Amino acid sequence: MAEVLLPRKMEIPNDPSKFGSPDPLHVLAVDDSHVDRKFIERLLRVSSCKVTVVDSATRALQYLGLDVEEKSVGFEDLKVNLIMTDYSMPGMTGYELLKKIKESSAFRQVPVVIMSSENILPRIDRCLEEGAEDFLLKPVKLSDVKRLRDSLMKVEDLSFTKSIQKRELETENVYPVHSQLKRAKI
Amino acid sequence: MDLVQMQKSLQDYTKSLFLEGILDSQFLQLQQLQDESNPDFVSQVVTLFFQDSDRILNDLSLSLDQQVVDFKKVDPHVHQLKGSSSSIGAQRVKNACVVFRSFCEQQNVEACHRCLQQVKQEYYLVKNRLETLFKLEQQIVASGGMIPPVELGF
Repeated sequence: MAEVLLPRKMEIPNDPSKFGSPDPLHVLAVDDSHVDRKFIERLLRVSSCKVTVVDSATRALQYLGLDVEEKSVGFEDLKVNLIMTDYSMPGMTGYELLKKIKESSAFRQVPVVIMSSENILPRIDRCLEEGAEDFLLKPVKLSDVKRLRDSLMKVEDLSFTKSIQKRELETENVYPVHSQLKRAKI
Repeated sequence: MDLVQMQKSLQDYTKSLFLEGILDSQFLQLQQLQDESNPDFVSQVVTLFFQDSDRILNDLSLSLDQQVVDFKKVDPHVHQLKGSSSSIGAQRVKNACVVFRSFCEQQNVEACHRCLQQVKQEYYLVKNRLETLFKLEQQIVASGGMIPPVELGF
């Protein structure tokens, strides 16, 4: 089974509104199977994630605002932290969905995880090459979901810590330390 | 039958399903996801499985009865059924689907007909057993008892 790739490629989200404690992760799950949708939704809820579930890649694109051919921008204000998609779906596959997401400016940084019941190495390679964060074999385990969540929370926490550090640096620039010391002497 | 006896019956019955290979550990995963806030999770997922499977088996029968069998239609159905049976832990149904798919690949119509019968047999078996399991659970709950936790050591 593929290991979780720690998100080295992920850029720290530059979200200035993030000065409180991190919000629950919002996961968009895509699967044409009714049974699997119910299952993944439960796995994610149990892992304290906010979940949106759709039954096709087309609906996923609609949700993200990427369904209009002319613009590959998407809904800029929509906060999605992770997309988990089945590979084999009628119509558009999870692989094609992955490509569309990576082409969009609003969502290319969102990690996309592919799920499949088939352990086909060339398929896995192709998905990872196209920028998938991870490839999970179905049935997905609760431990897989928790591992994903934990690695994403680390990034979110890092982002939170960095934004605090950034704010502190900005405050210092207004009152440089040496001038504060000078004033203190008087 | 008193409550303790009913609970013991349920445990023994559940154990037998695992020992016979009708269910595998994925079913345990489902049970572990059930709690007070979601007390019907397992039966809900299983009900979806029954609905999906009934539809797929019907479609498969129709597809295989055609003059010229379109395997491009047959294989995705079997793949779907393999997926959902795997997701709920219906091991024997899943295994029957794996065999079925290999004959789809060979485009062997006769073998596929046999496979369909095998899949149907395994499906009706697991359906019957799970319905019995849920009835036992309902009886326990109706008597004011708790469903005993799943024993993993066997």
